[in-house]
Amino acid sequence: MNKKYVNLDTNPCKMCMPMGGSVAMKGIENSMILMHGSQGCSTYIRRHMATHYNEPIDIASTSLSENGTVYGGKQNLERGLSNVRRVYNPSVIGVLTTCLAETIGEDIKGIIDEYKTKNDVSNIDIIPINTPGYGASHFEGYFHTIKTIIKYYNPQKAPQNEKINIIVPQLSCEDIRAIKLVLESFHIEYILIPDISETLDSPYKSGYSKIPDGGTKADDIKQMSGAGATIEMSLLIDSAYSPGKYLEAEYGVPLYKCPIPIGLTGMECFLNILSEISSVPIAKQYKKERGRMIDAMIDSHKYNGEGKAAVFGDPETVYALTQLCLENGIEPLIVATGTKATNLCDLLPLENAMVLPDTDFETIHEYVKKLKPNILIGNSDGKILKEKENIPLIRIGFPVHDHIGAQRRLNVGYAGSLRLLDEITNTLLDIKHDGYRQRLYNQFFLKQGGA
Amino acid sequence: MQSNQPTVIEERKRHILIKDKNNRQAIECDHQSLSGAVSQRACVYCGARVVLNPITDAVHIVHGPIGCSSYTWDIRGSLSSGSEMFRNSFSTDLSETDIIFGGEKKLAAAIDEIVAAKSPKTVFVYSTCVVGIIGDDLQAVCSQAEKKHHIRVIPVQSSGFAGSKKDGYKAACDAIINLMDDAAHKITVKDNRAFNYLGDFNLAGEVWIVNNYFKEIGLRLLNAVSGDASISNLLKAQNASFNIVQCAGSSIYLANMMEEKFGISYKQVSFFGLDDTAESLRLAAALSGNSEVMQKAEDLIERKQKEIEPILKEYRSKCQGKKVAIYVGGGFKAISLIKQFNELGMQTVVVGTQTGRKEEYEVLREITDEGTVILDDANPSELEKFMKEKNADLLVGGVKERPLAYKMAMAFIDHNHERKHPLIGFEGAVNFAKEVDLTVNSPVWALARRYGYDE
Repeated sequence: MNKKYVNLDTNPCKMCMPMGGSVAMKGIENSMILMHGSQGCSTYIRRHMATHYNEPIDIASTSLSENGTVYGGKQNLERGLSNVRRVYNPSVIGVLTTCLAETIGEDIKGIIDEYKTKNDVSNIDIIPINTPGYGASHFEGYFHTIKTIIKYYNPQKAPQNEKINIIVPQLSCEDIRAIKLVLESFHIEYILIPDISETLDSPYKSGYSKIPDGGTKADDIKQMSGAGATIEMSLLIDSAYSPGKYLEAEYGVPLYKCPIPIGLTGMECFLNILSEISSVPIAKQYKKERGRMIDAMIDSHKYNGEGKAAVFGDPETVYALTQLCLENGIEPLIVATGTKATNLCDLLPLENAMVLPDTDFETIHEYVKKLKPNILIGNSDGKILKEKENIPLIRIGFPVHDHIGAQRRLNVGYAGSLRLLDEITNTLLDIKHDGYRQRLYNQFFLKQGGA
Repeated sequence: MQSNQPTVIEERKRHILIKDKNNRQAIECDHQSLSGAVSQRACVYCGARVVLNPITDAVHIVHGPIGCSSYTWDIRGSLSSGSEMFRNSFSTDLSETDIIFGGEKKLAAAIDEIVAAKSPKTVFVYSTCVVGIIGDDLQAVCSQAEKKHHIRVIPVQSSGFAGSKKDGYKAACDAIINLMDDAAHKITVKDNRAFNYLGDFNLAGEVWIVNNYFKEIGLRLLNAVSGDASISNLLKAQNASFNIVQCAGSSIYLANMMEEKFGISYKQVSFFGLDDTAESLRLAAALSGNSEVMQKAEDLIERKQKEIEPILKEYRSKCQGKKVAIYVGGGFKAISLIKQFNELGMQTVVVGTQTGRKEEYEVLREITDEGTVILDDANPSELEKFMKEKNADLLVGGVKERPLAYKMAMAFIDHNHERKHPLIGFEGAVNFAKEVDLTVNSPVWALARRYGYDE
């Protein structure tokens, strides 16, 4: 068992499907989310996202009550759609379901179809997305939402085109901006989904707009089924939820998979795919950056060699971070995610580490006490471990709500990996340097009785 | 339909009032939120969690899918002087098969496991949306567990959709009364100075701050509910001579029930702001009927006021004249805040609440200036519209409202359950003034207006 208790999840290391769905929807241009369920779901998700991104997160709810639950939520959903259109005037509305809507068996597609016949909504796309909170975790909810959006816009194969689909996991906005620059350096015309780079990290403007600029354009998504290839930056998502798999199986779009480009092998995998697809050789610039990264890794190797890490968060992030640790001689003692992630153990065949999919923070805490890592790498929920065991926490992943700036921190590419690695190394250095005079004095001078 | 212009939906207009002394039209409140309006409210479960979760040594099990437990895990700043059990978020993590076949067995097994592992005196079991639909009999599972383990296992009827956040407060109060109602702990002779303090969740140690005043003037606090509360103390709550209620929205219902069940009368208080704190201390002292306590209260108030007034005067000189928008959970807090801003020479131009009561909106109408916008269950678009129209300089609100204020280059005060600094009592009044000064007079606003990005 990967959890301390058989029937209880204690201090969750995962969130629910509508959360992942909301993050994905926020990467679609001029879109709004209408969550079909009780008022709390949207509010909790808005709060969780607002503390991480420090941006206004508007998500509407159909505010289902007892009446709606007994007699069906059709009227609520229809009214919700009209009100969202009136106030936000979006060109896309993602209707996400919740536990409640799914349990009472709402036919959201049917209700939306009927709504479309009754109202002039020719200029707006209303996408039904099934995200029952009990169905899976936020990780699956995220990819499932992307897949559903792609399906919606691609009822049949689009004309063949030269574009490349890039499906990204939940990264920082700065990471997405960096990935785009890499794509551009290969002269690749790409369709990146979901593109949160601007929508969830927008500049301060003198006039506030309710729906932020940016996001993946619907017209681009419509071309995805005719694209030259798909690169899906995820090794951990189950193929049932994989948008790349769908495009391959349904429309024959060749699928390339790579991990998040963190660390040398992660970035190399990404660059090799880009070079192969574009027939553009990997530019000297990258070789130089790589050389600089290796130079830095050599500089830091002895400090990193003393690192013993507990890594946690969503499985994709956890996988990439573990690889970064392994490349640098940081020993991953605990590798944990709350998501089922059935292939995590196969992808990380580590003899001396506890690889724990489908776990919770109570269990991670138990192993931390037992195995005594000296550094924690993961999201803010690890703050309980930091507080109780007094181990420093490198915050990466989602959510990061007790520090500022997670949305604009660079972790991918050579530059990002190095920034992240330096943060880890310097934390390890601080552990060693802080108080070493006193420590050694106590250990050796006092013990021997002094001169 | 211009997405850049803030809009008010027709059905929402009855929930908006512009203060006009010639118009006595009442505001609509206490309704289910309008679908699609982007209400800032939460759900029944959220309300229950807010009120009940600070009970420190109970095990709090959320019976439902993972999200409800995940989003409420240790996010609030309630402090404990004893057990930290309440900082754990236990969930039955219901999955698809549980939804189909029912979750009762899993819940019963979960209670068995946690009782064996942690030996709690009390377990609270919160129901969530799906539990209300699939028909798990929470009451039956809890009763059986009580018999089996000889501890209290109390169901909290907090299915998210079954009402509003307010109904969640009630569900929590029901659970608390259920726990308190224990004849074995009743004493016959009451101490006139012994009382309970309801509706304070000990955010950033706020219960401790006011309890220091109580101790100094000779009052005896039996229980704060639910900040830093423990099960053994709650059982003695019935022995109080009187109750005082801080957060009325969440705890008036509990006060009424305690009056009915245990004959304990109550008064509303507010320890936010200098004047209200002084008045509330006088009131609490008077309720004891003890002239020595009343004199000590006067002494304390005089001393504290002398200490703090010069500090507040300094802040007042830096903040006065600024315009304020308030958007908070309950009406009582809004009323208190208006007074606190008055103390700093600041004028409230917009005030709204998620779940204010009719009587509270009437008070808001009384104490605000002509033209003030009063909002019930507002949304980001309405806040944007009225803050802009009324030229507010500062917004007081919760976490979700903060980024909106910042995007509008407005100062912001965090008056929510996540804050890490106390805002209560005399010390809190200084913190509050300091925070107002800090945000209103920051150099960033002028720079933002000068360098804002425009295409």
